[in-house]
Amino acid sequence: MDKPWNNKAWFLVLPVVVLVAFSAVIPLMTVVNYSVQDTFGQNVFFWAGTDWYEQTLASERFRDALVRNLVFSFLILAIEVPLGIAVALAMPRKGWGVSVCLVLMALPLLIPWNVVGTIWQVFGRIDIGLLGRVLADIGIDYNYTQEPIAAWATVIVMDVWHWTSLVVLLCYAGLVSIPDAYYQAARIDGASRWAVFRYIQLPKLKHVLLIAILLRFMDSFMIYTEPFVVTGGGPGNSTTFLSIDLVKMAIGQFDLGPAAAMSIVYFLIVLALSYVFYTVMTKTGADRPGGR
Amino acid sequence: MDLSWMAWTWPTAIFFLSILALLVAMAVWEYFSPGGGPRIGIFGFETTRGDRLFIALLGAAFISLGWLGLTELSLWWALALSLVYAVGVFRLV
Repeated sequence: MDKPWNNKAWFLVLPVVVLVAFSAVIPLMTVVNYSVQDTFGQNVFFWAGTDWYEQTLASERFRDALVRNLVFSFLILAIEVPLGIAVALAMPRKGWGVSVCLVLMALPLLIPWNVVGTIWQVFGRIDIGLLGRVLADIGIDYNYTQEPIAAWATVIVMDVWHWTSLVVLLCYAGLVSIPDAYYQAARIDGASRWAVFRYIQLPKLKHVLLIAILLRFMDSFMIYTEPFVVTGGGPGNSTTFLSIDLVKMAIGQFDLGPAAAMSIVYFLIVLALSYVFYTVMTKTGADRPGGR
Repeated sequence: MDLSWMAWTWPTAIFFLSILALLVAMAVWEYFSPGGGPRIGIFGFETTRGDRLFIALLGAAFISLGWLGLTELSLWWALALSLVYAVGVFRLV
């Protein structure tokens, strides 16, 4: 029997469409308009065509920031996802420990981005910071204001501290929703701990992991506040990510046209990578026999 | 209502009106042929015609950017290539 289709249901989506139009579509259209013009303020614009796009695509500064962003997002995902799964697996499933663990996990997520940056900026200082002093005392040459590797390590550890909890909470929610029957069947079959994880827990975590990876990828790819507060994009340009570069260009230099062109290219990269992630994780293999 | 802050130009207005026309055309298509026409294409996963439009538009954006970054030729050639690419996406993906 044919499935009934009722397109009147689309009217229910209309409020969301209006809201998104005002919060996202109209600002994005304005950015597109800016990207083909030049302005010196006073709402006066001069047509520039595709000049700013050509300038952005040829810019070494843009390419370097893009590579930094991709490396940062890759490292963040490579650390936070396995660590989040491991912590979620280690958390208790019943008793008073559950509430304690959930509150501890939620705490970093409640701290505003700029406060996290300030905490780690102070924490890592070699004159007054606990981390900086301890590392200096045990003979490790650590100074995030002067050494790019130390700056990168600080920004990555800070992000892991701030956002692994999100992966943990999502994975924990996925784990507690697995019915006991699966574990009972695994016990009857004499399955090892690894087999239970590989064939029961990991497949059941697929959807929450998809959300976690998408959220963490998009968020890390658009990171601004924390590295800006800790390193200001330095030393040199070593932690200047795309968003930091964009703000420098748009607000610091008031180059609205080039900044708008860079924003559009940046937006298209985020959109394409998110779509690829989403498609690979939700659609590939789902239509094949036995594929899930 | 003063929309001068949006810095409109005719080329960008035509660009957005084209996108709007595409969306309206897709809505009309959906009205007469509901369900989105799902099928499994050359990439081995299911797409609806909305997915195919998205892939075509996103691809067209990257073709245009690549054209600007790699060649000195007119952008009209990139538009022609994007149209060929879009036809390919709608037939094969």
